[in-house]
Amino acid sequence: MLAFLGRRLLSTIPVLVIVSVLVFLMLRLTPGDPAAVLAGDQASPDQIAQIRTHLGLDRSIVEQYLIWAGQMLRGDLGESFFYKTEVATLIAQRLEPTLSLALVTILLAVAVAVPLGVIAAWRTGGWLDRALMGFSVLGFSVPVFVLAYLMIWLVSLKLGWLPVQGYQRLSGGVGPWLRHLTLPALTLSLIYIALIARVTRASVLETLGEDYIRTARAKGLPESKVLMRHALANAAVPIATVIGIGIALLIGGVVVTESVYAIPGLGRLTVDAVLARDFPTIQGVILFFSIVYVLVNLLVDLSYVFFDPRIRY
Amino acid sequence: MSLTSPSKRQSAKSLIALGTAAVAAPAIAQQQTVLRVVPHSNLAVLDPIWTTAYMSRNHGYMIYDTLFGTDEKGVVKPQMVDTWSVSPDNRLWTFTLRKGLEFHDGQPVTSEDVVASLERWGKRDAMGSALMQFVARMDTPSANTFRIFLGEACGFVLEALGKPSSSVPFIMPRRIAATDPFKQIEEHIGSGPFTFKRDEFKPGDRAVYLKFAKYVPRNEPPSGTTGGKRVYVDRVEWNLALRDAQAQVNALQKGEVDIIESLGFDHFDTVRKDTSLQIPSWANLGLQYIARFNHLHKPFDNPKVRQAVIAAFSQEAFLRAQVGVKELYRPCFSMLYCNTPYGSTAGSEIQSKSNMRRAQELLKASGYDGTPIVVLKPTDLAAIQKLPDVAAQLMRQAGFKVDLQAMDWQTLVGRRAKKDPPAAGGWHMFLTAWQAFDVSSPIANPMFDGRGEKAVWFGWATDDKLVELRNQFMRATDNAQKKKLADALHARAFEVGTHVPLGEYDQPVAARKNISGFFVHNSNVYWNLKKA
Repeated sequence: MLAFLGRRLLSTIPVLVIVSVLVFLMLRLTPGDPAAVLAGDQASPDQIAQIRTHLGLDRSIVEQYLIWAGQMLRGDLGESFFYKTEVATLIAQRLEPTLSLALVTILLAVAVAVPLGVIAAWRTGGWLDRALMGFSVLGFSVPVFVLAYLMIWLVSLKLGWLPVQGYQRLSGGVGPWLRHLTLPALTLSLIYIALIARVTRASVLETLGEDYIRTARAKGLPESKVLMRHALANAAVPIATVIGIGIALLIGGVVVTESVYAIPGLGRLTVDAVLARDFPTIQGVILFFSIVYVLVNLLVDLSYVFFDPRIRY
Repeated sequence: MSLTSPSKRQSAKSLIALGTAAVAAPAIAQQQTVLRVVPHSNLAVLDPIWTTAYMSRNHGYMIYDTLFGTDEKGVVKPQMVDTWSVSPDNRLWTFTLRKGLEFHDGQPVTSEDVVASLERWGKRDAMGSALMQFVARMDTPSANTFRIFLGEACGFVLEALGKPSSSVPFIMPRRIAATDPFKQIEEHIGSGPFTFKRDEFKPGDRAVYLKFAKYVPRNEPPSGTTGGKRVYVDRVEWNLALRDAQAQVNALQKGEVDIIESLGFDHFDTVRKDTSLQIPSWANLGLQYIARFNHLHKPFDNPKVRQAVIAAFSQEAFLRAQVGVKELYRPCFSMLYCNTPYGSTAGSEIQSKSNMRRAQELLKASGYDGTPIVVLKPTDLAAIQKLPDVAAQLMRQAGFKVDLQAMDWQTLVGRRAKKDPPAAGGWHMFLTAWQAFDVSSPIANPMFDGRGEKAVWFGWATDDKLVELRNQFMRATDNAQKKKLADALHARAFEVGTHVPLGEYDQPVAARKNISGFFVHNSNVYWNLKKA
């Protein structure tokens, strides 16, 4: 196991190097000039040129990359062109809203989707199964922003139950924190409920056809135990994989949801940085996302051992 | 459990007291009057001299004060300055500061702070550097008096010091103003009506300003950036995360925010019909749409081709497509903005009395060779994104070939700085909007700069006569003479075809009904506002 862990962690190094080179090159080769953005609309070409020099953008791409890579090796993500703040600080400021939203969304999605998927598989072809399939299609089809506006209109504007926008930090109390997260998490969870429920249904359905399930039923085990202890437990590997990918995607930034609900998370930071051509921030954030993806995948792989004792690393 | 024993009763009382205190604490905090504002954009750069971004300028108005201001009619009036005098030859200007001016760190504002601030501003701002060309030296005979010695008389000293828009000559403490003008300042201390809560500033999320209790406002009523800056709220919070236009209106309707600085035209009717909301006449100095030519490359290096475009560009078509709300826009054929001191329509007949047939004739006579016109179209800026489509359509009708290139605004901003030929990544035309006071003076208006590649703004118009007239305007000290020169400059700009004015519009502000005290100015500032 430790050898596996070591190998996996070592394999992240070339991944991060490749990501860093690609991101760096793509940013430099795409049109747009951070100096022009910083200088403002009324700035003269001379002023823009001075800012470009000040930011070091007049140096060769290789030179710029080596400087940045050197900073990375020292654990320094650099300073945002735009905000004059350490990129690490910006990420830290935006991490809590994004993690909170991801956590509540995934908890909500798992709590709803897994039982739904199991029941749908158990009563395959029944009304619940068909309803779940229909709901899944809806969940995948309705754009998040449409659902968000509908939810805001109904829950916030008409019923007045929850705030329209904003994020309240956890340090301000669990109540306000949850009140501000409920609506965005509900909105965002729809697609994950659809995804996880479908995967759960398919996986449990396959397991229900196995010999050991027939044996368990023949032994007279109650159906609930057959479903939960034997079917679901053995169907857990693909479900865990989907949940893991979901977590990684959620931490990777949910731009539309964060925009509509005005949540200052990593998604908005990324979009703002891209629009402003804030190279250090984009590079830092994407590197951070890469690490998150690698680690989440590693955790998912490790979780297989827990769900299926036959798996060994 | 029963509460019979004294100790248990005492404990219960303590618990109730604690509970009451816990409830009361936020209640006390809530007694603060907080104005919650959705600004028109994100605040990134905190140095309003270093950048010309409007958001940084507005941030500057919150925390800094100015020597002079410009009222809603464009008249320059004193702000930090109490009295001033000028020598008969117009070369020595002496200013005395008002008493009681104090920075947020408790230090008095002195004339040395003023001189250091002006020197830094003069190295960054176009109008500031124009003024500094005339300044021989500045000195500070006393703590509250400073003098400007001009090498040669010029007629825009007060106009420059009272400049209301980017970059505004804000007054900072000397140690901060001593920062290299090409580096951003690190401290944010001014003597304005609000202090900046640096510890609560979260980029892209929130900026917070507190009332500066020691600020001494003037006695005159507020108008533009002049008059008494009286603050009636304890705290102003800028919500920098709320960017989605629909979400902004939702939040305003729900009472989660008090003011939206820049209401989308599409939401104008929604807000107007909502009885809990209002659209104050606040920033009705408005903005002007313009189309800018790149004078460096064919075919726009030919004034006849530019005139064909001017003749084709019907302002009504642009305004109707982009703004749509009739009461918010008005055609205006002054490049110097209508109803301002230099507002003029001299020479504008080529546009105001023209039509498509005339444009076609002009284009035919110009020798246009069919070069496709590269028009830059921003796709992510709702306030101007429809203009290029109208421009392309009108130019096609006139006989041009048009290559409309879509991109995000920041790409456009980078692209327009390029002097390369359009076929090699350059451009022929882009369209944008300017606030009234950025274009209302022939000196401040960067499109009147005819120095070609040395010009301070993109497009690089070249015309010696324009340069000469502008130089005369800078030196003119008589108001009648200045107005005459402004008219001549305006007529020449149309003749040369520096750019095309596309009409004026008001950017609506939306607020909840319980907010009062709105007044006319060109920025978004939050003094004089009361929250019931």
